[in-house]
Amino acid sequence: MKYHWNWGIFFEQIKYGDETYLSWLISGLGWTVAVSLASWVIALLLGFAIGTVRTTPRTWLVRLGNAYVELFRNIPLLVQMFLWFFVVPEFLPRNLSLWVKQEMPAKEFVTATVCLGLFTSARIAEQVRAGIQSLPRGQRMAGLAMGLTLPQTYRYILLPMAFRIIIPPLTSEFMNVFKNSSVAFAIGVLELTFQARQMQEDSEQGIETYLAVTVLYFVCAFIANRMMAFIEKRSRVPGYIAAAK
Amino acid sequence: MAMIEIRDVSKWYGTFQVLAECTSQVEKGEVVVICGPSGSGKSTLIKCVNGLEPFQKGEILVNGIGVGAPGTNLPKLRSNVGMVFQHFELFPHMKVIENLTVGQIKVLGRSRDEALRKAHALLERVGLKDFEQKNPGELSGGQQQRVAIGRALAMDPICMLFDEPTSALDPEMIGEVLAVMQDLAREGMTMMVVTHEMGFARNVAHRVIFMDEGRIVEDATTEDFFGTPRSDRAQLFLSRILRH
Repeated sequence: MKYHWNWGIFFEQIKYGDETYLSWLISGLGWTVAVSLASWVIALLLGFAIGTVRTTPRTWLVRLGNAYVELFRNIPLLVQMFLWFFVVPEFLPRNLSLWVKQEMPAKEFVTATVCLGLFTSARIAEQVRAGIQSLPRGQRMAGLAMGLTLPQTYRYILLPMAFRIIIPPLTSEFMNVFKNSSVAFAIGVLELTFQARQMQEDSEQGIETYLAVTVLYFVCAFIANRMMAFIEKRSRVPGYIAAAK
Repeated sequence: MAMIEIRDVSKWYGTFQVLAECTSQVEKGEVVVICGPSGSGKSTLIKCVNGLEPFQKGEILVNGIGVGAPGTNLPKLRSNVGMVFQHFELFPHMKVIENLTVGQIKVLGRSRDEALRKAHALLERVGLKDFEQKNPGELSGGQQQRVAIGRALAMDPICMLFDEPTSALDPEMIGEVLAVMQDLAREGMTMMVVTHEMGFARNVAHRVIFMDEGRIVEDATTEDFFGTPRSDRAQLFLSRILRH
């Protein structure tokens, strides 16, 4: 392989301007973290809400929840990005549509965050449903028998245990959100993958660029993993099966 | 007026009838044991009493309030009726003491201090005051069931339902749970108990209901039931379980 290695490239200036390539990557990393964390918040809130209603005795709510999950699980994330960016705004009421297309601040960021948040929420909803249904039926009965309302039974009895049970798949989901955020480059979010492509073209040092980006994504996902492991440890229930080391 | 009034209750799962025209009542202070072969509907019947299982025909009144009636505040009714389950169903993520306070605080609106006082007293009573900071998973089955009884009593119930409270226990732990129930009965608690413990029925119950295939086949005083049960089915049942 004839390749001119240059690991110093990150500290060199870009072709037209006085920034360094490193500053490009750091700014890209910032947007990656921003998109990931914001969509994680959306995904958790919606995922828990939808996963929960899918286990209630209300048939129409269950159907609605199931339809939501199927919709977002069966379309590729990249296609969903384009749908939210190019298609959805066309179907909004006229004034809103114009505003979204022309005036909405940080349009790419907002669109990518909503898209990734909803996509991930469908996956979390599935895990939450499975977590709740894995609890013994008697737990719900015990909560209700004591006089708790159904929402209270979920709040104090079922969800705290279901959450603990699904921490392992939730950990994967939290890591996925960082990795999936790379798709946002397709609609022009200036995140890490976008900046990497730009750096590759500008510097012609593709190998160094993508190796650096690989390390940065790995570190993000790894930190996410460690954070969840910490939560898992803190919420461990003594004497419960899931607490076994 | 009876504390629990069961009138002509029928229930179906699809086309399969699990309860057929069940009628009985439990007076205030009375202890009634429900027994019968598995699948006879006894657990289903007791779960109908606090509305955990819906039923399609008939009515059940608890302290004069209709369980299946539209407009009945079921959570409020249930907060007055203590229930103990076969598999304990303590809340695993809460400390023992929290299992006894959660209902008092969230349902009855008691202050934390008041709830804690009550919980301490009840744990002392069921002989588990040293375990209040443990999680349920760290307790034996018998201890868990005693906590579960304490949890139900913490709500100051007007009556108690026991759904096979000793069926999931090792033989040596059955005694400690029955002893707590026996004390409760002596103090005049109204109790409906689904159990196979015929010794308990004989010593503690005022009346015994025998069920088979969703029907109440026998409803007799304890003396009559163990003396001269009238139905063949009940005689067969007794001869089978008393032989051991």
